[in-house]
Amino acid sequence: MNATSNASSAVIRIEDLTVQYAQGTVAADSINLEIPAGQIVAIVGESGSGKSTLTKTLIGLLPQGTEVQGSVRFGGTEVTNLSLSDWRAIRGAGIGLVPQDPGASLDPVKTIGSQIIEVFRLHPSRSVPKAQWRSKAIELMQSVGIDRAESRLDQFPHELSGGLKQRVLIAIAFALNPQLLIADEPTSALDVTVQRTVLEVFVSLARKKGTTVLFVTHDLAVATDIADRVLVMNSGRLLEDRSVPALVAQSTEPYTKALLDQAYAHQDRQQPSTSDDIAITVEGLGKVFGKGRNEHQVLSDVSFEVQRGTTFSLVGESGSGKSTTAKIIMGMHPATEGSVLVNGREVANISGKQRYDLWRDAQLVYQNPDSALDPRQSIGSIIAEPMVNYRLGDSARRAQRVAQLMDQVNLPEQLVGRRPGELSGGQRQRVAIARALASGAKILVLDEALSALDVLTQEQILELLDQLQREEQLTYLFISHDLHVVERISHRVGVMCRGQIVESGTVDEIYSNPQHEYTRTLLAANPGKVLRELADSRTA
Amino acid sequence: MGTYIVKRLGQALLVIWLAYTAVFIAVQSLPNDPVTIFLSTDSAADPATIAQMKAYYGYDQPLFVQYFSQLLGLLRGDLGYSLSNGSEVATRIGEVAGSTLILAGSAFVLSVVFALIIASAASLARGGKLRKALLNLPPLMVSIPVFWLGLLLLQLLAVQLGVMSLFPDGSFMSLAVPIFVLAVHLSAPIAQVLIKSVQEVNRQPFIEVLRAKGASEAWIFYRHTLKNAAPAALSIAGITIGALLAGSVITETVFSRAGLGQLILQSVTAQDIPLVQGLVLLTAVVFTAVNLLVDLIHPQLDPRIVTSTSGATRSLVA
Repeated sequence: MNATSNASSAVIRIEDLTVQYAQGTVAADSINLEIPAGQIVAIVGESGSGKSTLTKTLIGLLPQGTEVQGSVRFGGTEVTNLSLSDWRAIRGAGIGLVPQDPGASLDPVKTIGSQIIEVFRLHPSRSVPKAQWRSKAIELMQSVGIDRAESRLDQFPHELSGGLKQRVLIAIAFALNPQLLIADEPTSALDVTVQRTVLEVFVSLARKKGTTVLFVTHDLAVATDIADRVLVMNSGRLLEDRSVPALVAQSTEPYTKALLDQAYAHQDRQQPSTSDDIAITVEGLGKVFGKGRNEHQVLSDVSFEVQRGTTFSLVGESGSGKSTTAKIIMGMHPATEGSVLVNGREVANISGKQRYDLWRDAQLVYQNPDSALDPRQSIGSIIAEPMVNYRLGDSARRAQRVAQLMDQVNLPEQLVGRRPGELSGGQRQRVAIARALASGAKILVLDEALSALDVLTQEQILELLDQLQREEQLTYLFISHDLHVVERISHRVGVMCRGQIVESGTVDEIYSNPQHEYTRTLLAANPGKVLRELADSRTA
Repeated sequence: MGTYIVKRLGQALLVIWLAYTAVFIAVQSLPNDPVTIFLSTDSAADPATIAQMKAYYGYDQPLFVQYFSQLLGLLRGDLGYSLSNGSEVATRIGEVAGSTLILAGSAFVLSVVFALIIASAASLARGGKLRKALLNLPPLMVSIPVFWLGLLLLQLLAVQLGVMSLFPDGSFMSLAVPIFVLAVHLSAPIAQVLIKSVQEVNRQPFIEVLRAKGASEAWIFYRHTLKNAAPAALSIAGITIGALLAGSVITETVFSRAGLGQLILQSVTAQDIPLVQGLVLLTAVVFTAVNLLVDLIHPQLDPRIVTSTSGATRSLVA
């Protein structure tokens, strides 16, 4: 294993590390880890697995009152009991951080340039002389592939795209050539094609400078694509520590195997026989936002059909118009042109009573189950609400139906009186699905409905959706940026780019034989290349 | 930026015009004209005198003539004549406005300073107990009535300790104490919103990124958090101008200071409607001007305000 290497060159050496938060949770449990200089190590795990705790320990940013036992050495220095000022000298200079959410990780009211130069200002002894700060900042921006670097120095974060913001943050992290770089889900908020280019810049820079990288991610495909070595964490424990090929070929840990199974899973859906029972017909749909100078065409000539009982997915990057399409189909935005038929009824420009009727047949399931459920209502009354709105049955009948729905989405009966806050993310998404079905709707529009969930939870919800579809003849319009999930859930796929469907077809047609340039770019950017290459070595 | 300023300026003028119109309508909907009301306390008022006075003040003119001639006067800074002593309303206001301006202006500056001190101390305090105490200071301050604190300080400083006089005598204390009383009251909402806003900013991921850059808490607070948190506090500061004027009235009464407060009191008691009208309009103008200033400062603090599409300029602040 790679972990055994010369002790003197180890950048990080962790022995018996246990971290316990003030409220009692043990977030890291007897962890031993050694990382030699220049290695790129990925930590894979779900939310709550302890991966963030581990990185926070390494950069000294655990919340106050956290108890840390064991030893953490950074380049030979014990850091578990460092003073605040000693930490400040290390952070930014010896250890850099590339954060998770580029959108919120830069100060919105300061210029890009000032935020890069700030690192020099904070560590003057480690930086070039003051007169060269500006030119050094430009040089850094160029090294991460930012065009027109000089003029961008005076721009504010909101004037940059997400990918550019993440490049700025990478430039900041590399500014003083730290020995260790911690990257905390640095690309999970980005579109796949942007993710790919940002990862390329990041990895090549780390390789060139010989920086040791600790890359935290929930995505095994991304981890295996870039790392020399993968650590798998679950419930605060380090389950696995192997090189990428060894992980795929030799892993015996059930949790790792489940992750691998998920990553390798392919669609096993039977193409249903073509029938002319069409649930949703979209034809020549166009949408313009704004007026005059601010006019902005978000959709043009979007056409597709969804057969009853099947899943049609719209896949594309942010801003491609897929969510707008979903909202028009749900009657929440008027269409500028074209027509939308749901169950044969025109809904492109409806309001009031017509909308009320539409929502009885078609329901929307949102991305984030946390904010889509009223935190003050019980699970039972959340699920029953559509029946109350549509005056279906009396309260006894409704309670009966709630119990039936909860059983259908595999929610334990005793949760009926709980509040959303007491449920896990996966359970909350089940509640949202049950609520969508409560009024008897047979068409579900799922807008990024799996994106906020952990990989293995996604897997369970996917299975649930599949089972419900078969039992209830449900029709799904699935909106997603995740090519892997789309491949698994869909019968047919439409690829959206800049407000147009550039290509549509069966999953097989799109994934095995993409016709359009953009589809090819998208598929090429999809992480998991290394996993696919290693597929044959898999023993399972 | 240019269109932004023009737009704000236009809105400010619109608000003042609407305020004028509202005041005009309010006066017209009184059961009688201002002269009759003013003279109603005088039981022996001669109808001929009333008619003569009405003609003199222009209250016998058709409504729209009154409306436009008063509006034209307003544009020239002419607010008509006071009924109680016949001098110009603008002059009467001008006589005392300076004193109130010093009191209110200083109190406003001091209250912003207080708010900043409380918010910085509460944000940077290391100890949990000290922080808690500081966080509870603004609610305490807002619940202390202005007149109560004023009377208490008068009792203590003037009567018991004798370090200030009961009536304004131009000494430092006789100005400083009223300013302090007013500032304590005003700083509470500003401090409260500033603290709240600082806490919100502190939850943003970029604060953690700054720590990872090696910045100290004080560095983060003064160079980043404060500028991010300022717009919300600034909006509240603009709105407290209303409270400031109301507070000035009470403070001036408690400390027997001449000023707009006393003038308002006198004009209402004497039912001198042109004077009341002028004072209301002045309040509207001051309020609008301060909020215009706030709107013009906002883009300096948050660059997103102007560059975001024109329709939603304030949405980021709200």
